[in-house]
Amino acid sequence: MSEFAPICIYLVISPLVSLLPLGLPFLFSSNSSTYPEKLSAYECGFDPSGDARSRFDIRFYLVSILFIIPDPEVTFSFPWAVPPNKIDPFGSWSMMAFLLILTIGSLYEWKRGASDRE
Amino acid sequence: MIIDTTEIETINSFSKLESLKEVYGIIWMLFPILTLVLGITIGVLVIVWLEREISAGIQQRIGPEYAGPLGILQALADGTKLLLKENLIPSTGDTRLFSIGPSIAVISIFLSYSVIPFGDHLVLADLSIGVFFWIAISSIAPVGLLMSGYGSNNKYSFLGGLRAAAQSISYEIPLALCVLSISLLSNSLSTVDIVEAQSKYGFWGWNLWRQPIGFIVFLISSLAECERLPFDLPEAEEELVAGYQTEYSGIKFGLFYIASYLNLLVSSLFVTVLYLGGWNLSIPYIFVPELFGINKRGKVFGTLIGIFITLAKTYLFLFIPIATRWTLPRLRMDQLLNLGWKFLLPISLGNLLLTTSSQLLSL
Repeated sequence: MSEFAPICIYLVISPLVSLLPLGLPFLFSSNSSTYPEKLSAYECGFDPSGDARSRFDIRFYLVSILFIIPDPEVTFSFPWAVPPNKIDPFGSWSMMAFLLILTIGSLYEWKRGASDRE
Repeated sequence: MIIDTTEIETINSFSKLESLKEVYGIIWMLFPILTLVLGITIGVLVIVWLEREISAGIQQRIGPEYAGPLGILQALADGTKLLLKENLIPSTGDTRLFSIGPSIAVISIFLSYSVIPFGDHLVLADLSIGVFFWIAISSIAPVGLLMSGYGSNNKYSFLGGLRAAAQSISYEIPLALCVLSISLLSNSLSTVDIVEAQSKYGFWGWNLWRQPIGFIVFLISSLAECERLPFDLPEAEEELVAGYQTEYSGIKFGLFYIASYLNLLVSSLFVTVLYLGGWNLSIPYIFVPELFGINKRGKVFGTLIGIFITLAKTYLFLFIPIATRWTLPRLRMDQLLNLGWKFLLPISLGNLLLTTSSQLLSL
């Protein structure tokens, strides 16, 4: 675990480094936020119409669903990639079979138009 | 039952000594960390200056020239000015998300510097899962962007945050697949081992020659992860004003700026480490220690040369993203996602299969 010790300390230092600039302006900056126009959302000079947190395009959601499948696959193939000299050809070929199944799946998804954005 | 008091005292003093040792250990660890933070800060200032000077050169302008010699202090002056500016928080927005968003983006990118070897074994934490750590940590940054986009309660910011998240998760998979191929070649995930695997035949030993497809895919997807110009849709000025940064002012806006340049620097450093041979001089038949007659004692000079070589490669490589910014037009959102899912992903998978088969044949 000792190799993670610098990272644990760094985990404390880096928030400090990024929170320090957030705190500093309280000492120096001017404060004149009395105009309501200054604090309203920017919409090219008009008064903001409605709330921004309304519906958004479903395709953004679709991208994140598509992402969920390949991401664990890549993550779990890292342990396979590191010691291939210790894994016999059987291990390599079974990984090939897994990748083949995955390729068929993504080809199917492509043909069904799940990755089309029109 | 009588307990000998002297015994307790000895135990107490012993534990005190132990804790003192631990405190010293932590202080000794603080020193390289603070050096790293200082180095990163200077590196970012240099990048900002380089970008402005190169942009000026491409557009036949003069560029920054008043602050310091050759305008090298321009970025520092801009940062100081941003510190003195008013800190606005939109009235309808979510204050906590709005304030924390930019610092989460900065923190996650800051953390990925801890696994980069700057010189011969000169690395903050030589993890055995170094590159994997980078991939894991760097995918936290879009969460910060999404938080700030949502917290602003502005339509442009919200769309920008969504676009940032969609873009970075789409390009993360090709990026990770390229790193996977590299780690297959070098049989390790540690960044130090990956550099050492390339140290043999000068620049012919670089992973660039063994992984040309992977290099191009890595280059494109790291440009997209940094939101550099052909892929800067989250902050496309003509469509989204400034994307997720629209509502930001003062130093919080500056933090986004810092985050994007930190990301550029770390991507360039990783290109150097993964593909361009890291700290090695990379000229065949010339080795640094023999050239300068360095034995094991005079290690400081060798380390300095290693740092110099790494940084020289990194900053020379940075010319490509900066020149790309003024060369290529911006993509459309559907083009961007199609490029990621229908072009880069199959190509990087094929590259992985090629690498695996070559490894299988060479077994």
